[in-house]
Amino acid sequence: MKKRVVITGMGVVAPNAVGLRDFGSALREMKSGIRFFPELEKLKFSCQIGGKPEISEDLLSNYFTPLQLRGLNSSGIVYGVVAGTDAWLDAGLEIQENGSPDWDSGIIFGTGILGVDKFREAIQLIDQGKTRRLGSTSVVQTMASGISAYLGGILGCGNQVTTNSSACTTGTEALLMGFERIQNGKAKRMLVGSCSDHGPYVWGGFDAMRILPSKYNKEPGQASRPMSETASGFVPGSGAGALLLEELDSAIDRGARIYCEVLGGDINSGGQRGEGSMTAANSEAVIRCISKALENSEIEVSDIDVINGHLTATTRDSVEVENWTKALGRTANDFPYINSLKSMTGHCLSAAGSIECVASVLQIYNQYIFGNLNCEDKHPEILDLINPDKIPNNTIEQKINVLAKASFGFGDVNAVAIFKRYKS
Amino acid sequence: MSEKEIMDRLKSIVKPYAQRQEGLDNFEESTDFINDLEINSANLVDVVLDVEDEFNIEIDNDSMEGMLTVGDAKSIIQNKLKHP
Repeated sequence: MKKRVVITGMGVVAPNAVGLRDFGSALREMKSGIRFFPELEKLKFSCQIGGKPEISEDLLSNYFTPLQLRGLNSSGIVYGVVAGTDAWLDAGLEIQENGSPDWDSGIIFGTGILGVDKFREAIQLIDQGKTRRLGSTSVVQTMASGISAYLGGILGCGNQVTTNSSACTTGTEALLMGFERIQNGKAKRMLVGSCSDHGPYVWGGFDAMRILPSKYNKEPGQASRPMSETASGFVPGSGAGALLLEELDSAIDRGARIYCEVLGGDINSGGQRGEGSMTAANSEAVIRCISKALENSEIEVSDIDVINGHLTATTRDSVEVENWTKALGRTANDFPYINSLKSMTGHCLSAAGSIECVASVLQIYNQYIFGNLNCEDKHPEILDLINPDKIPNNTIEQKINVLAKASFGFGDVNAVAIFKRYKS
Repeated sequence: MSEKEIMDRLKSIVKPYAQRQEGLDNFEESTDFINDLEINSANLVDVVLDVEDEFNIEIDNDSMEGMLTVGDAKSIIQNKLKHP
């Protein structure tokens, strides 16, 4: 008998808000977190804007010891630890400083690349022949699993503690991997999520690919335009999202607040075959991923009320919407509502999936659909497929029972998760 | 530099790394970095780097291996200050 899995805690560090409460307000108000960075102008980036969460020194001291803060120069670890710790505490769990680890709680917390600024520090010292000056934390701040390692130590988790990596699918993949572990009875609680470093060394490669918008440096708030006719590339972002997944019985026993249920989902790859490539999704695989997610969630295509898409604000947005219409067999006025958080946060890369899962769950729990920023001029190819009011320009109060969340990533990888409103 | 000054500076260097307050309260030459101050062994390299910066000296790997107590550190510092 497979276990049912619910979400009992969340934490988020996003470009437009830090902390769950502020993030909820930012969603409803459709607040943009995209800013201009003089540093990127100085470095001659085409795209000189981005999404970077604002975290004060004061806030940091609530999450890290003074010793941990010494030489800490890994933004992904900062974001991930804040979001992960918040999710744990939001679930009503305590942090035990002593005694045995919590054998029933594990962590799957992904990243794309970690501690880039720390790694730069190390490279400069090494190139100067000063390797011995690196200090003791160069390794743990730059190893991919540094984020799950920091969280594992802070929270004292004794179940599986690991890091996954699948480009922009990472966060949603982590959620589904943690879901399966609880579903199969191997853990009672899994803290899942993902983080992404910020800054020129992470974003530069994308700038070089000419897939970032270069015409909005003076109007950063208008730059991220998913599903818009004038979309001209994704705005790079950063941050972290975290969700505490819990076996339903354990949540009920603890009297925990339940945000929603995770019904299921699917993870697959297009094999970089057909129209799929290192950087483009194979539509056949995307459609299959959606269909399999519905199948193993045991719901019908008609059950989907809202889609939180991957929708990055590139020319691929139309293709994504087309894939949803094909997978669901629903078009025009029959299509579910659809939105993209990236209109407010930009594309938070490896953190995108988890931040967007948090945004998805907040919509179900509070029964609203946040509006799409910068989407007054909806793309004609999309309007050929679905009715314009299915892409709300403003936040609407709406009954939501089932939400589908998709994330796609470089390497032609896909993940779709299905969330359902929980009624006790 | 007086012995007291070296000891005072050493104490402020190790303070953030020490996990045992009692060890800091009884900070003396016989104080053992790992046993009395409960400094994580990985952090010992950070203590050495901080000492190098504070006293503007360089501590080679051989000297570092012999640095088990506060007294050891004091002697190494005094030596390096005399023969830079």
